Amino acid sequence: MAQKRVLMKGNEVIAEAAIRAGCRNYFGYPITPQTEVMHYMAKKMVQVGGNFVQAESELAAINMVYGAAAAGFRVMTSSSSPGISLKQEGISYIAGAELPAVVVNIVRAGPGLGGIQPAQGDYFQATKGGGHGDYRNIVIAPASVQELYELVVEAFNLADKYRMTCMIVGDGTLGQMMEPVAFRDEEPIETIEKPWAACGRKGDSFHHTVTSIYIDPDVLEKKNLELQDKYKIVEANEVRYEAINMEDAEIVITAFATCSRICRNVIRQAAELGIKVGMIRPITLWPFPYKAISEAADMSSVKAFLDVELNAGQMIEDVRLGANGKKPVYFHGRLGGNLPMQKEILDKIVAIHEGKIVEGGNF
Amino acid sequence: MAVVFEPTKGLTDKPFHYCPGCCHGIIHRLVAETLVANDALETAVGVASVGCTYNSYEYIACDMVQAAHGRAPAVATGIKRNLKDSFVFTYQGDGDLASIGTAEIVHAAARSENITVIFVNNAVYGMTSGQMAPTTLVGQVTTTSPWGRDPSYQGYPINVSEFLSNLAGAAYIERVCVTDFKNIQNAKRAIQKAFNVQKNKLGFSLVEVLSTCPTNWGKEPLAAMDWLKENMEKQYPLGCYKGADITFDADGKYVSGAIPATNNNCVNVGEVKK
Amino acid sequence: MIDFSVIFAGFGGQGILSAGKMAAEAALYEGKEVSWFPSYGPEMRGGTANCSVVISDEPIGSPVVNDADVVICLNQPSMEKFEKQLKPGALMILDSSLIKTRPERTDIKVIAMEASDIASELGKMMFAPITMLGCMATATGCFTRESFEKSLFEILPERKHNLIPINMEAFDRGAAFAK
Repeated sequence: MAQKRVLMKGNEVIAEAAIRAGCRNYFGYPITPQTEVMHYMAKKMVQVGGNFVQAESELAAINMVYGAAAAGFRVMTSSSSPGISLKQEGISYIAGAELPAVVVNIVRAGPGLGGIQPAQGDYFQATKGGGHGDYRNIVIAPASVQELYELVVEAFNLADKYRMTCMIVGDGTLGQMMEPVAFRDEEPIETIEKPWAACGRKGDSFHHTVTSIYIDPDVLEKKNLELQDKYKIVEANEVRYEAINMEDAEIVITAFATCSRICRNVIRQAAELGIKVGMIRPITLWPFPYKAISEAADMSSVKAFLDVELNAGQMIEDVRLGANGKKPVYFHGRLGGNLPMQKEILDKIVAIHEGKIVEGGNF
Repeated sequence: MAVVFEPTKGLTDKPFHYCPGCCHGIIHRLVAETLVANDALETAVGVASVGCTYNSYEYIACDMVQAAHGRAPAVATGIKRNLKDSFVFTYQGDGDLASIGTAEIVHAAARSENITVIFVNNAVYGMTSGQMAPTTLVGQVTTTSPWGRDPSYQGYPINVSEFLSNLAGAAYIERVCVTDFKNIQNAKRAIQKAFNVQKNKLGFSLVEVLSTCPTNWGKEPLAAMDWLKENMEKQYPLGCYKGADITFDADGKYVSGAIPATNNNCVNVGEVKK
Repeated sequence: MIDFSVIFAGFGGQGILSAGKMAAEAALYEGKEVSWFPSYGPEMRGGTANCSVVISDEPIGSPVVNDADVVICLNQPSMEKFEKQLKPGALMILDSSLIKTRPERTDIKVIAMEASDIASELGKMMFAPITMLGCMATATGCFTRESFEKSLFEILPERKHNLIPINMEAFDRGAAFAK
């Protein structure tokens, strides 16, 4: 049963969702624009008898996550881009040791210290590794406060199920905005056994060890192949996306999170001009919905794709892999923390529709 | 026939990879014996670090977690906050703890995290082949201080026990060595005391154990022990730097002595389903 | 009503962000879809503050407003900045106690009201944007007076319910300017 809708900030909903998902461990370090996650946890985690530690650094925070996860407990940390860069060391270890963890990245504009306004420049970092070694994270990009709530709860289930990091990628807009959210009376928490957890032998004839070091190349290769097998299962089972207005679409927008919200308005405005625009909104950035893109590229009505991002063109590489040269892929992006105006995107759609634009985009 | 000696159950059967004359073997055994003596083998969780001790997670027979370089105190924090009644310890070398991991060790002590740190100081990076460590002595030759550590060029060694003992959160800090029977017995006493400190939830405890590295010091095992006595102990005097007055009764229950505020943050958050 | 969008703008500390939240809560009380998005970061420290509120009968697309139906301005720089972000024919409500000039655009409606003077009569400067909410709600019908009042009972803790009558007085004083 859904409860009455309440108006809440995205960042606070992330924290509330984690607690509802049974997470009783939060370790973090302050950084804008995700600080409300931490503020909410500082109060609420103590009230529900969980652990809240303001760590001395992002490095320490992610390693506290590693420790709590190694002992078998649900755990979350949150940060924003520069802080996530620091956490990548730990995220790689978490991948190597196959631990479940939820990491939230409320992305801001980079590189370097950059700015604090919304951006999507961490797409590569989130989906193509981030830290060292051959590993993947499940990367989820919610587009509304309600979806943030539902997908954060889901992230804990996925992390436990596959013993890997599940990363929630938001941005300053999503974290800072308030929208109505209806909480469920009871959360769909999947309790997964953790026979591997290092929380004391407790009668087992062997000691549990959590590690990511394998000095023997053959052993390490085998370990890596096991990881790759796991990632293939995730790719087969966990792709999520939303298809909007895709029947007889002429132009297909690809956009995630905040960008997809702006594009929804543009789709309506294009319809008023008689242009049929659809949208494929990836919800999981990894695994990426290549098949949906490929099928759209095969549609006879589809003339082109327009990829819209808050970066210089990152997800577009995956869109192009999906389209595989069958249809042109155009780009529109804004940088530095700016959001595109609806009119900018609409103008581009009109230009594509009239054949007045070359493939590649605005960079 | 009467059994006069048997290996401790606190160690696995896996043969050590340590060099002849290295003190890790002795220190591992002291930790393992302490776990067994306190009936903690079934509940304790240890954190191995990076360096020669990376593989300690395979040797010590309680549950073990391998941490990234320098981050063991943070990993131990994540574990201990969830398992407040289990003995949680880290086993770290001087490069790990005193160089790359200074932030983690300082803040774990400042928070009075109720964990025990076994800090093995051999004044050199062993695993990566003998580079200068933060604890390398003035004048000591290493692969990265080939003419001897020159303070005007490479700065001074860090005295970890001394500086951590200045933190209000540190409950018990003692420096020991394992060069001979008497000192080994003393080191075992110190590790047991640290165990008691944690069991009574008195806060952060650290035992610094001076150790040899015959391979990277370029010395025979016995000569290395002598070098430690003659040189390291001058820079790193043995003794208790914090919590000397803390006492326990015969059952290990806290009796008296100055301690930090009790660590109330260690709450139970439920059981792991196995 | 589809994507009815409002920008609230002024100095930090004038109650801009909470007025925006109150508008969103009133519309939510009516079962509408709402979003509230604030400016954030260094500009919040003593500088300008603004937030965008969208009210709609359908799921909301962008929470970020480029072309607003209403702009509520409580200082001069905000008026200059946000008059460019109004749709043609849209409404600007400005606080004439603090803003001495008027927008250059001629294709928008302007209501100038002494919001800060009224607020100081009522005893607190933070009532200024609430008077302007009253004006907006009455002029556009984006939510009713009744919804506004009832939502206050829901969102305010009971110990603060004694403040609701004075909030409603501020709302009503502003509503008078819409006529």
